[in-house]
Amino acid sequence: MTRYIIRRFLVSIPVLFAIVLFTFAVVHALPGGPFSNVGEKAMPEQIRLIMERRYGLDKPIYIQFWNYLVMLAHGDLGPLMRMPSQTVNDIVYQTWPVSIQLGTLSVLLAFTIGIPAGILAALRRNTWVDYTATFTAVLGVSINNIVLGPLLILVFGVWLKWFPIAFWGAEPPWILGFLPKPTLNFWWHAVLPVVTLGTAMSATIARLTRASLLEVMMSDYIRTARAKGLKERTVIIRHALKNSLIPVATILGPLLAGVLTGTFVVEQIFALHGMGRQFIMSIEQREYFLLSSLTLLYSVMLVLGNLMVDIMYAWLDPRIRYD
Amino acid sequence: MAEGKASMDELGQVFEQQFRGKPRSPMGDALREFKRNKVAVGSLVFIAVVGFLALFAPLFTPYGYNVQNTAYARAKPMTPYVITTDKYEQCHWKGTPLDFGCTVYILGADGLGRDILSRVVYGARVSLLVAIIGSSVSLIIGTFYGVISGYFGGKVDELMMRIVDFLYALPVLVIIIIMTVYFKALARSGATGFAGFLIDLDQAMGGLLFMFIAIGALSWLGMARQARGQILAHKKKEYVEAARSIGAGSSRIIFKHLLPNIIGPLLVLESLAIPGYIGLEAFLSFIGLGVNPPTPSWGIMISEGYLGIKSNPHLVLVPGTALTLLTLAFNFMGDGIRDAIDPRIHGR
Repeated sequence: MTRYIIRRFLVSIPVLFAIVLFTFAVVHALPGGPFSNVGEKAMPEQIRLIMERRYGLDKPIYIQFWNYLVMLAHGDLGPLMRMPSQTVNDIVYQTWPVSIQLGTLSVLLAFTIGIPAGILAALRRNTWVDYTATFTAVLGVSINNIVLGPLLILVFGVWLKWFPIAFWGAEPPWILGFLPKPTLNFWWHAVLPVVTLGTAMSATIARLTRASLLEVMMSDYIRTARAKGLKERTVIIRHALKNSLIPVATILGPLLAGVLTGTFVVEQIFALHGMGRQFIMSIEQREYFLLSSLTLLYSVMLVLGNLMVDIMYAWLDPRIRYD
Repeated sequence: MAEGKASMDELGQVFEQQFRGKPRSPMGDALREFKRNKVAVGSLVFIAVVGFLALFAPLFTPYGYNVQNTAYARAKPMTPYVITTDKYEQCHWKGTPLDFGCTVYILGADGLGRDILSRVVYGARVSLLVAIIGSSVSLIIGTFYGVISGYFGGKVDELMMRIVDFLYALPVLVIIIIMTVYFKALARSGATGFAGFLIDLDQAMGGLLFMFIAIGALSWLGMARQARGQILAHKKKEYVEAARSIGAGSSRIIFKHLLPNIIGPLLVLESLAIPGYIGLEAFLSFIGLGVNPPTPSWGIMISEGYLGIKSNPHLVLVPGTALTLLTLAFNFMGDGIRDAIDPRIHGR
């Protein structure tokens, strides 16, 4: 198991390096630079050259890349060229926790709703419970975040006035660097964005749990357990449930990617100062360091996330380790 | 004994039914199974209708998708459209049916006074094109790649699968975003040669080409893995050996024997992936990286409308409903295809 983890870890290093290289190349190949204009006007040539020299943009691209790598190795994600009073590290400190809080709460919501709903639907198969759950789940999978967000705002924010329609209820300084102060205000503001992001996920999980549990219930060892004279309750809880959750674990990988896409949209719709919004803004402004570093952070998150999923999967199903 | 004889007769009847009729093929069975699934067939009909409307959009839309009439900006649904004052009297809708000769913004107008009904119908073109192109690119490239990798095995397989593993580990969405940004920036700055040709083509397609490249470039990975796995499972089977023993070559074995046997699960995977392509297009257009305005896409329409949702909910609700219904239909259809082709994994 340890060897497996180490091997997987080593494989992800070239991946991360390739991502940094790729992003750096593409970002610098984009036409126009951070100093090509001031607002609507073009930047005077002399000033542009001075500014570019200040940030080392006049050097050959491979030297810039090396300098960037050295900077990263020192834990410095780079300067902000259009807003020199802050650095990329500051921006990340302010915005990353918001995205993480949003994503984590949504995943928690997805599992707490999705798994019980899936189990219930499978156990009450072909009853109205099952049909309701299945139909709701298909609907939940089909409704896009960009539709659900505005819809929830309209119904629960504008018409019913139950929840605030924008902004996140917590801001820096964070507890332990990333946790929000758990005030009522925070939970109040979190409801709509988290539901928006969590609905599709919980629907996916419910569908998967249902299908998986149904398949397990038809397997031989469940028949044996019943034949032993065990109570149906024991059969389900002790024997069926654990195995039926293994396929659900595989969804975690795609789920992570989904959360990432989701935070981009949800932060945009609810005007949250998260990293996704920052990422999209940095593209337009050609903030080379911000864009490269945020891409790197996203990649690290996804690669580590996938690694964790793989390890968990290998732990659940020992056959995988020896492929 | 009489009982035994009766059951032999029954067996004979079953034999008659089974073997005197037409031969049954796996695809025929799947089709029959699919036809029994009313929800799936209904969804297929719905998609076909949407496709028909989109294809012949000029016939079904009262105005073009880019006809602006700023006097009617953000018109509510069922607002009559009148040009002259004397027609206003005749056409203004006071809860009574409209006279003939008056036109109406049935679903309202957007911020620039463009008819939403027309834009939604034209917008279906984008969503359906993405569904078609995304799935065919991923099916063709993925199957081709996976079949070659799985069939020839050895060093080839090793190398090809390492590449897939590597690409799999990349954060697809971030890469798609950066690629799209790059294409768009290139398009703005102008370019010559082949890049210039691509950019002109993209402009002519309203920004669709670059999105297809971005989506297609990375959507085939899962398909390649699945195809390889299927080939590995099948290539050691007796029928392949039999074909080889009578002298069939690799290409004949692949196209005549292996592909028909493995295509089912691949189609299932692909049909389940289609809603994802539609969602991805809507997402990219929503954040401003998809099709170029004024090409109507449901994602762009929602992004143009959501900030004013309090006063003009129809700007979001109309394209939102369209997007949800189409995705729903593709999901139902995908489930139906899965249940029909692969009864083992279905959820019933």
